[in-house]
Amino acid sequence: MSSSIHVSIGEVAATLVLVGIAVAVSFWRSADLEKDIGIAVVRSAIQLTAIGYVIKFIFDQDSLWFVFLLIAIMVVFGAFTAKQRAKLVPNAFWPLLIALGIAGAATIGLVIALGIFKAQPRYLVPVGGMVVGNAMTAAAVTLNRLGDDMTRHAREVEATLALGATSTQAAAPIVRRSLRSGMITLIDSTKTTGLIFFPGTMVGMLLAGASPTDAVRLQLILLWTLLGSVALAGLIAVTLAYRNFFTQAHQLREQPEP
Amino acid sequence: MLFELDRVTLERGGKTVLQDVSASLPKGASCIAGPSGSGKSTLLRLLNRLADPASGTVRYDGADVRERDPLELRREVCLVPQLPALLDGTVEDNIRFAAELADREPDVSRLLDLAGLNASFAERPANKLSVGEQQRVMLARSLSLEPRVLLLDEPTSALDEGARGAVEATLLHLRERVKVSTVLVTHDLAQARRMADWVVRLDEGRMVGEGRVSEQLAV
Repeated sequence: MSSSIHVSIGEVAATLVLVGIAVAVSFWRSADLEKDIGIAVVRSAIQLTAIGYVIKFIFDQDSLWFVFLLIAIMVVFGAFTAKQRAKLVPNAFWPLLIALGIAGAATIGLVIALGIFKAQPRYLVPVGGMVVGNAMTAAAVTLNRLGDDMTRHAREVEATLALGATSTQAAAPIVRRSLRSGMITLIDSTKTTGLIFFPGTMVGMLLAGASPTDAVRLQLILLWTLLGSVALAGLIAVTLAYRNFFTQAHQLREQPEP
Repeated sequence: MLFELDRVTLERGGKTVLQDVSASLPKGASCIAGPSGSGKSTLLRLLNRLADPASGTVRYDGADVRERDPLELRREVCLVPQLPALLDGTVEDNIRFAAELADREPDVSRLLDLAGLNASFAERPANKLSVGEQQRVMLARSLSLEPRVLLLDEPTSALDEGARGAVEATLLHLRERVKVSTVLVTHDLAQARRMADWVVRLDEGRMVGEGRVSEQLAV
C-alpha cells in the first residue's frame, strides 16, 4: 500500500472551473448559494491546507503522542460540533465527548490489536480522522433524533412512567429509534458501495496508482471499521444522554403540558 | 384520608401553577374540579410522584410520598392521562407490557370487559382505534396493574357526548366490580356531581373549597 502521487497547485486550481459551474447554476436558478459556495471553497482550502501541514509535522515527528493529541483535539471539537445538532438534549456535550472518546479509542485500539494497521502515525492519523468524523456524525444524528422524539412524544413517555415503568423502559422505543437513525446512513452507504458510488478511500488509492484489489480491500477494512465505531458512538451517546431528560425519581424534567 | 396535601406549591416555567394548596381526598370516589388552567392535572400528578412540589408535602395513607419507591407507588396509584398515548403494537401488547411491569399475568379479556371493550379488541393495532377506544385501552392497561387508586385525568374531555356517557357508565360500573378508589379531574361540575362523592375545588392554582359533592356542588 505504498504508492505516492504528486498533485500540483495548477491541477488543484483547474478544478475551480467545476466550482464555477456550481456558482453559475446557483446564480442562473436564483438558488442564492453563491456566497455559501465561496465560503465553502475558501474554508476547505484553508482547513485542509492547515491540517495537511499538521499531518506533515506529525509524520515528521513520528511520535504516537502527537497522533493521540490530534485525535483528542478532534474528539473535543467533534463533541462541540455535534452538540449544535442536539440542542433539545440537556447537557449533550458530555455524553458526546465520552462517546467520541471511547468510540475513537476502542476502534483504533482494536485495529492495532488485530494487526490491521501498524501503530504508526501514517496509518493512525487518517484512520483516526475518519473514525472520529463518522462517529461525530452518527452521534449528532442520534442525539438530534433523541431530542426531537423526547420532546414530541413526551406524553407517551409520561404515560409509560405513569404505569410504574422506569425511565429506561419509558425511553426505550425512542432510544431504539434514535440509534437506528444514527447508524442507518452508514449502513445504507455500505450496502450500496461499489454499485451506486465509489467511496473516497478507494478512489484515492486508484488515483494514486494502487492496484484495484488493494484499493478494495483497504476500503472494506475502513467501511467495516467505521460500522463498529459508529455503532459504539451512537450507543454510548444515546445511553448517556437519555438519562438527562429524567430525574432520579423517574420523572420527566420538562413536564408535558397537561 | 387517602391523600393529604399540606401547603403544596409548584411552579412551572417561572409561573406558579399551585399556590399553598392544602386539601384531603378520602377513599372512594373523589374529584378535583375547576376551570381550565386551574392546576388540576398538575395536582393529580403529585399524587403518584410524576412530579414533586417545590414546597409542601403530599401524603398517601399517612406517609410522605417521597418516602415511597416511585415505581411501586405508581403501580399502586395509577394515572390514566387525559389523551391516549399507547405504545406501538396490538391492544394485548399494551396490556401485557403494563402487567409485566408489576409481574402480573393479565386476564386480557376480563380487563377489556372492565374497560367496556369486547375481547375481539385484543388483537387490533392500538393506533388504529378511535380516541374513545384508545382511552378505554388506557384504562384496561392501568387496571392490569391491579391498582388501589386510579387517577383519571379528564378521561372524557376528548370524546363526544355519546362516548362521554358510555365512558362515565363504564367507570361507575367499574367501581362496583373492582375494589378501587378513583380521583377524577374534571372541569365539568355536572360530571363531578355524577361521578364523585368528594370534591376538591381549584381556581388559579388555589384551593377554593373541599367537601362532599352534595354540599360543595349543590345545584
